[in-house]
Amino acid sequence: MTERYVVAIDQGTTSTRCIVFDRRGQLVSVAQREHQQYFPKPGWVEHDAMEIWRNVERLAPKVLAEAGITPDQVAALGITNQRETTMLWDRRTGVPISRAVNWQDTRTDSLVQKMGRDPVAQRVSDLCGLPFATYFSGPKLRWILDSRPGLAERAERGDVLFGTMESWLIWNLTGGSSGGIHVTDVTNASRTMLMDIHTLQWHDELLSFFGVPRAMLPEIHPSAEVYGRAVTAFPGVRIGAALGDQQAALFGQTCFGPGEAKCTYGTGSFLLLNTGIEPVRSTHGLLTTVGYKIGQDAPVYALEGSIAITGSLVQWFRDQLGLITTAPEIETLARTVDDNGGCYIVPAFSGLFAPHWRSEARGVIVGLTSYITKGHLARAVLEATGWQTREVVDAMNADSGLTLKNLKVDGGMTADNLLMQFISDVLDVPVVRPMVAETVSLGAAYAAGLAVGYWPDLEGLRQNWHRAAQWLPSMDARTRDEEYDNWQRAVERTFDWIKPR
Amino acid sequence: MPGSVQSIERAAAILRLLANSSGRLGIGEISRSLDLAKGTTHGILRTLQAVGFIEQDDVSGKYQLGAALLHLGTSYLDVNELRSRSINWADPLAARSGEAVRIGTILDGKVLVVHHVFRPDDTFQTLDVGSLLPLHACAMGKVLLAYDAAATRVVLQAEPEPFTRRTIVRSDQLVRALGQVREQGWAAEVEEMTPGEAGIAAPIRGYGGLVVGAIGVSGLVERLCDSKGRPNQTLVSYVREAARAVSRDLGGSRR
Repeated sequence: MTERYVVAIDQGTTSTRCIVFDRRGQLVSVAQREHQQYFPKPGWVEHDAMEIWRNVERLAPKVLAEAGITPDQVAALGITNQRETTMLWDRRTGVPISRAVNWQDTRTDSLVQKMGRDPVAQRVSDLCGLPFATYFSGPKLRWILDSRPGLAERAERGDVLFGTMESWLIWNLTGGSSGGIHVTDVTNASRTMLMDIHTLQWHDELLSFFGVPRAMLPEIHPSAEVYGRAVTAFPGVRIGAALGDQQAALFGQTCFGPGEAKCTYGTGSFLLLNTGIEPVRSTHGLLTTVGYKIGQDAPVYALEGSIAITGSLVQWFRDQLGLITTAPEIETLARTVDDNGGCYIVPAFSGLFAPHWRSEARGVIVGLTSYITKGHLARAVLEATGWQTREVVDAMNADSGLTLKNLKVDGGMTADNLLMQFISDVLDVPVVRPMVAETVSLGAAYAAGLAVGYWPDLEGLRQNWHRAAQWLPSMDARTRDEEYDNWQRAVERTFDWIKPR
Repeated sequence: MPGSVQSIERAAAILRLLANSSGRLGIGEISRSLDLAKGTTHGILRTLQAVGFIEQDDVSGKYQLGAALLHLGTSYLDVNELRSRSINWADPLAARSGEAVRIGTILDGKVLVVHHVFRPDDTFQTLDVGSLLPLHACAMGKVLLAYDAAATRVVLQAEPEPFTRRTIVRSDQLVRALGQVREQGWAAEVEEMTPGEAGIAAPIRGYGGLVVGAIGVSGLVERLCDSKGRPNQTLVSYVREAARAVSRDLGGSRR
């Protein structure tokens, strides 16, 4: 019998990747393509969904060739995706109605503020588990429907379909306008504000609040289940899973028990804490979200703290300021000095997310003196990620009644040792990196493999998890407290910058 | 002083000509300016194009300086970049070999550990990124020395320190050992730094094949070597494959 593999498609914010994994969860081959970011107006971020689909079509043969395998050796395909990025397409032609509105896009700012003042706003938040923020798909969908005359009517007739990226990819993989399956999974649906967080179904009150016709919505399925077979890109392969990227990382980190948490450090950063089979409502600005649902098993819930700008602050430092030529050089530059020199950067580029949820906040650099060098700025850039993590962990401890014992980390920024040590220092807990840094893709592969019986159960997956690195706290408590106080004062200076309209 | 190589002189002249020109130049203009036969000019241009020093415009067919030439003076590889680029290959090496993985580069006559992956047995281990190892007494160091003549001279002049009775300290022996490393494309170290421990390493090549670092596994000698103290060939092949994968990512694989 020929050896079999599982493939993950990771449709991310800046690029799309296909990765082949073996039975031990080890990476066999990877292929990647970046896609264009469109910034048509301040605060607007768009993607061309057709470009993204074409990238998947190009990557598929490439990643299989690099692994030296054929589609019939692929046991299952798992999809993980940037969440909340919202798009509509024509059911008959398969052509997107407009560019996809990215999760970072803040065009719905005033719409969301208006909705948040509605008398039933609290009821809406209770039903879907989410606060009102520009981030989520529901308001973006409403905005798109309003942007063109006649669109809402076409949506009501079911001629125009809504989807986040996994829906779009599955629809195209399974045949597109000729027989494509229109589905989403519970984790992605839990980010729309349209799904009842308890029943895991679209809720009529939510649909009517946002004015979204049911006919345009995908069917909600478990995260791990065979949805169908691909007819193109990976012809004949069973599509066995879909999870939002952060839930996929939680799964890839094998955080299967209540109290286990992971943080993925990428463009933005996302801390998720497994809270078990009951949803926990946050009183500290965290989100209640579905962690995963395996076939007919009970769903597992999570608390999530989202930090909008972490890796993208390093990218900004590289591309907009030009102080470094590659992202990893930030560590080299930061190590030219011993501390931040009293300088703090709060990257509230599109407002602040958890736990503050201040969409009117904008970024600041404070503590500038003639002493500050680019090395201090580099440190302040990295430290911003550490302190934002601390704020989320504090909120999580308060909401869940659990105290975080250690933090499992993944994502591109875990290659930065200075940052990982700093996070351990400011959280005062060990920070642990697993052997496979690609936990997002791995989580999608795991879920797909479970769906087709490639892996037997969760315990089998746990045995694949090994510690690759660990950072232990070494900062004295007084320094930590003083620095945290400075950070919090810096954060206060970002508030109320954008004037209410 | 040996005679100069004419074709390199001519190539240099072509590069100067392109650098001083306000726009792209055609092959006719270049050969007339330098008083060279068109065939000779064509051969040199093709070679310069192949190494990326010049580029040919698709539409006009004319030449200009290439991107690789512009990066020539600043092409050092940042150590944090090296870690970032190799992390996806160091992890699978640790998983497959069952041993700790380190990546190192030369810093001031030592091996600087730039990346460390724990042995995948979930026992307590401490990250030693940033620590320095002796060049002559570890597998990574031998790999780095084998491809760096200047560093080798410094080590030989400084009388290498004996850590164990197996440490190679004699110049002739070290030179021979490094020759063998170049020949086989990997290095081993058996109880040369610490009794009971061994290591296997292979070179990481950057752009143009330049050795920019070494990747290796290390651990107990009975796990890395056979009963006669020879390195386990399966582990050697894992290490070399990982080194090649990182090199490929860095644009340093051989065609």
